[in-house]
Amino acid sequence: MARRLPYLAQKTVRGHKQDTMRKIAIYGKGGIGKSTTTQNTVAGLAEMGRKVMVVGCDPKADSTRLLLGGLSQKTVLDTLRAEGEDVELEDIRKTGFHGVICVESGGPEPGVGCAGRGIITSINLLEQLGAYAEKLDYAFYDVLGDVVCGGFAMPIREGKAQEIYIVVSGEMMAMYAANNICKGIVKFAEAGGVRLGGLICNSRKVDFELEMIEAFAEQLGTQMIHFVPRDNMVQKAEINRKTVIEFEPEHPQAGEYRTLAKKIEENKMHVVPKPMSTDDLEKLLIKHGLAG
Amino acid sequence: MKALNENIPIETEQIDPQEVKQELLRKYPTKVARKRAKQIIVNKVAEEQEMQEIGANTRTIPGIITQRGCTYAGCKGVIMGPTRDIVNITHGPIGCGFYSWLTRRNQTRPDGPEDENFMTYCFSTDMQEENIVFGGEKKLRAAIQEAYDLFKPKAISIFSTCPVGLIGDDVHSVAREMKEELGINIFGFSCEGYKGVSQSAGHHIANNGIFKNVVGLNDNVKEGKYKINLLGEYNIGGDAFEIDRILNDCEITVVSTFSGNSTYDQFANAHTADLNTIMCHRSINYVAEMMETKFGIPWIKINFIGAEATAKTLRKIANYFENEELKQRVEEVIAREMPEVIKVRDEVRARCEGKVAMLFVGGSRAHHYQELFKEIGMKTISAGYEFAHRDDYEGRTVLPSIKVDADSRNIEELEIHPDPERFRPRKTNEQLKKLQDEGFRFKDYDGMMREMSDRSLVIDDISQYESEQLIEIYKPAIFCAGIKEKFAIQKKGIPMKQLHSYDSGGPYAGFRGAINFYREIDRMVNSKIWKSIKAPWQESPELAAKYACD
Repeated sequence: MARRLPYLAQKTVRGHKQDTMRKIAIYGKGGIGKSTTTQNTVAGLAEMGRKVMVVGCDPKADSTRLLLGGLSQKTVLDTLRAEGEDVELEDIRKTGFHGVICVESGGPEPGVGCAGRGIITSINLLEQLGAYAEKLDYAFYDVLGDVVCGGFAMPIREGKAQEIYIVVSGEMMAMYAANNICKGIVKFAEAGGVRLGGLICNSRKVDFELEMIEAFAEQLGTQMIHFVPRDNMVQKAEINRKTVIEFEPEHPQAGEYRTLAKKIEENKMHVVPKPMSTDDLEKLLIKHGLAG
Repeated sequence: MKALNENIPIETEQIDPQEVKQELLRKYPTKVARKRAKQIIVNKVAEEQEMQEIGANTRTIPGIITQRGCTYAGCKGVIMGPTRDIVNITHGPIGCGFYSWLTRRNQTRPDGPEDENFMTYCFSTDMQEENIVFGGEKKLRAAIQEAYDLFKPKAISIFSTCPVGLIGDDVHSVAREMKEELGINIFGFSCEGYKGVSQSAGHHIANNGIFKNVVGLNDNVKEGKYKINLLGEYNIGGDAFEIDRILNDCEITVVSTFSGNSTYDQFANAHTADLNTIMCHRSINYVAEMMETKFGIPWIKINFIGAEATAKTLRKIANYFENEELKQRVEEVIAREMPEVIKVRDEVRARCEGKVAMLFVGGSRAHHYQELFKEIGMKTISAGYEFAHRDDYEGRTVLPSIKVDADSRNIEELEIHPDPERFRPRKTNEQLKKLQDEGFRFKDYDGMMREMSDRSLVIDDISQYESEQLIEIYKPAIFCAGIKEKFAIQKKGIPMKQLHSYDSGGPYAGFRGAINFYREIDRMVNSKIWKSIKAPWQESPELAAKYACD
């Protein structure tokens, strides 16, 4: 089904891979704010003049909504179904805020088929079509919830993404999820060279959240790259189908995302994380959270 | 390598089977060896003594080259494959459908040119990547519609392959919808290849499905005084035709065969028979149990492999019906058939006596065929099943002590109650008791080990490595297994007979089948050809050559 280019052509495409392009995947517990954080950060990078592509790896196909001003994106898999093998790159890409290139992998409706396989199919297709061959500074993968099966690990396998940021909050389950994702990273770190760039704390106003996430990051051997405070402006911008940077450029929250973008741009700390045992994780929660 | 080519009967008695067992285990890692040790038993036969426990129906250790097949193969290929008028659709990528397309030599004989026969067709939904990602139910629905439009069959069945289970297509709800829409019987099987330990799980899933969805739907009572079902007979190489011939001559009517030369209507009608006879205990004993509970039909174990076994079986059926006329007719048929059998048997025996055989096949064949070898004086020194359970080795007495593990729980256990309209005990309790007092045995199967000789090696789920070791040590005159083993064995210079598909031979059941088998084995073990297969380096180890361009 997926269009197969001749072997040599494929190789040429890969051969042109830009060494300067940074490939980043954003993971984190479902509902933690991955898509919102990703798009706002990408908006910040785009403002800085960076050329960015966002690949949504969620069957709901809502990872680029704020950049495009609505859910107008035709997904890679829908296009494949409609057009058959004859897919052009332009059929599946849209340009959004400040020239950000947006792609949605798409997938089946809930409870049907295999969304994981869908992500593998669509990332392979993007590669074959040469989506990464063009001059890009960043490719961002926004991946659904936890890594539930092999398909959702696709962005961190085979070096598709080299840098991972985990969105986390001071809530216990969010930290559990982050710790599990770190286990996934360790698994693929040797084969694919993937590294953890840091934790992004998307605040839920949990007590002692900052201290707890900083301690958590230290235990994992990484950093808390930024603490994004909770602000209702994010909601307001979302209902208007915009990032904060586009909706209220002067708002302090827009500044937070710009700072995060800048920190990612300048980040040099790329590590293989040291996931914690469940016991240690609970001890940390008690020390900094409940008892702190 | 030692010379293996001469079929000289060696003194196998001098080989210590315990040492052989240790030799087979020697190269395995500790944990593997511990597990395999439970599956390799040196047989001990003593009166009244409990059989030794053998490890069976447990998962094969990955890395071992096993003989076993998958659950889908057991369901689609073995049980449903031989039925000619049900359209069998494989729901999955094309490979599963193609490679399971008529791979067993089960024959069928339609009643006339108008009679349906779909066995030569291969139906598959041919799932593509898109169907994996978005689900394949739509495509399955379309495939059922297409098959219906083309063939208008009485029934359609659907087989789930591994990817269908992984992505969670609901084949049963599609079957229900399409059954309602098309007005024919449509049913699905959750027989994903990974689902069980071996193909045995697939047999169970298939038989449960037929019992649930078909048996009991047709109440027409077939004519005939002595009506039986033949369960676990798959008509390889025409076995069922020979059995039918004999039963016809005895005026015993076969209502339904599960599933050699079978049709949908026969299954639907099976509950009208008065006796269930079981050939392959492994693949179908639970169906007989369910039919007894639901319809009141008693069951007995029979065997048509071997002329003596055939005669014994006919007498057993006649005794069940307690009819002098039938008993006499059976004796007449036996008396008519045996002289030719004995003539060939004695002739062949003179050439085969004392040779040794090994049988590693199936869930009953490794047992049944020992009869035929015995009739021509050959000894089975080692045997084992590919997918049988402990009761097939040790006898049904061990049934209560078999542990129900996660793998068995994976297979639906049907809860059966007497059918309010169709339950009819075929014998009164007094009649049953009287028969039993006379020595008649219902639901009896003593298993293979009790009938094998002392010191023979019983090996469950034998591996390729162990087969090769056994051949080196024992140098058998013949090795019986399936197509996967065939050429590796023959390369060792040992004649190899396929007992799944009979190579291109058969029938081997009944009286004429026995004659065919004697002749076939005679031809194979006495052939001189095996002396001529030495590789060049075995005869002159050094090769001289020069460059062509010199």
